[in-house]
Amino acid sequence: MQLGSLPSAQAILLPVRAGTILGSFAVALLLDFLPWRNVALVPDFVALVLAFWCVRQPRLVGLGAGWLLGLLIDVGNGVLLGQHALAYSLLAFAAITLSRRILWFPLWGQALHVAALLLFAQGVAALVRLAAGAEFPGWPIVVGPLIGAALWPMVSLVLLLPQRMPADVDETGTI
Amino acid sequence: MDHTPPPFFNRGPAPLVRLAFFASLSFALLVLDARFRYTEGLRSVLALAVYPLQTLATLPAALGERVSGFLVSQAQLRDENTELRSKLLGASQAAQRFEAAQAETAQLRRLMGAAERLPLKSAPAEILYNGRDPYSRKVVIDKGSQNGIGAGAPVVDENGVVGQVTRVHALSAEVTLLTDKEQAIPVQVVRNGLRAIAFGAGASGMLELRFMAANAEIQNGDKLVTSGIDGTYPPGLPVATVARIERDAAYAFARIECRPAAGVESGKYVLVLASDARRSAYPEEAAPEGEKRPGKYRKPRRKDPDAAR
Repeated sequence: MQLGSLPSAQAILLPVRAGTILGSFAVALLLDFLPWRNVALVPDFVALVLAFWCVRQPRLVGLGAGWLLGLLIDVGNGVLLGQHALAYSLLAFAAITLSRRILWFPLWGQALHVAALLLFAQGVAALVRLAAGAEFPGWPIVVGPLIGAALWPMVSLVLLLPQRMPADVDETGTI
Repeated sequence: MDHTPPPFFNRGPAPLVRLAFFASLSFALLVLDARFRYTEGLRSVLALAVYPLQTLATLPAALGERVSGFLVSQAQLRDENTELRSKLLGASQAAQRFEAAQAETAQLRRLMGAAERLPLKSAPAEILYNGRDPYSRKVVIDKGSQNGIGAGAPVVDENGVVGQVTRVHALSAEVTLLTDKEQAIPVQVVRNGLRAIAFGAGASGMLELRFMAANAEIQNGDKLVTSGIDGTYPPGLPVATVARIERDAAYAFARIECRPAAGVESGKYVLVLASDARRSAYPEEAAPEGEKRPGKYRKPRRKDPDAAR
């Protein structure tokens, strides 16, 4: 492993601020609650952001955060309580387990891994619902996770922005 | 910050242990919610926490509506105005006739000694957003128990029944739409008074009349209204129009698909009707009718999972 082969995403970053994480989750929840026209095709932004932070900061964001967010999503959407909580804790676990591996790949390679993660979470939620007696809503439900994975490069660029800023800009920039 | 503490010591329980903990917690919640419905308290607390985000999420759409409102041309407005005025004229005509008919009915009812139907109380509400759940058809409205809305109340729009309030939080409520697979509504064919039960057909956005005999007297284009024999929905609200009938000699029942009359999946404003106070008034009227063919109504509903597949 030469240093030169490191993907640019592994450039040295500033430590993450708690505000960034909380803010990104709030925005993701907001995006999830937007009145979308076709819910099956819209990616689950909370799952995407959760996967991102679990991959990037596995020691700050983990199963507990995933579980709580899942509960909020469950209540906000009025579905079975625990459905998304279960899916998100499994997603967080898988993302944390894979986090070291995922970060070695370039962004599109990461997106492939994330597609698998998001599909897995969606599959867990679907299994829970089918077990509870719901009707299978059709294959469009796999489109949302795939679109979510396609958004991964953009999401990781945007969410890493606050950490990319050089440290001294903060002091001199506020004249 | 990230790398100061040695990673060997303070990582808490192993990930697998945590996973087992949270997964079993989720399973416990799932079972409690699906089987016993014990989680309503926790749900309403969390719902209150999510509420600001939900209202915030509806802002962009509201803002867009306002902006597009500024950009409407005057000609368009004038056209709409004339159209509305002519509609109003027709509606007021109908309203006058309705008033007269209502007075007449009230008089007749008094003569017959039947219970006088109470005027319906209703509360307007705005749909906040669709439930983000491809497995069911639900919307969340912006009125809750604080506004006097109770579970079970019928929800209508200007064209007919939209659904039923199935869960009430303090500031919002969940409405299960007619097209949800689990939602059933007692209906009556306007043309000949035939009673039936309409079930949601799920993803297609249609309704389905199940357990109607293959030779049932029903045609394409028949209008269905609520029959009111359940005491939940007031009678006479438009529900659906029959869109397609398949009579197959191999099956005892016809397959009847209906298109909902209301904008079940599209509207923005709805009316929540108060359904309480009316329950006691019905038995004298409804009991003899309900007893006539009890098997027709109750048995199929219990068997419905097998019959549907």
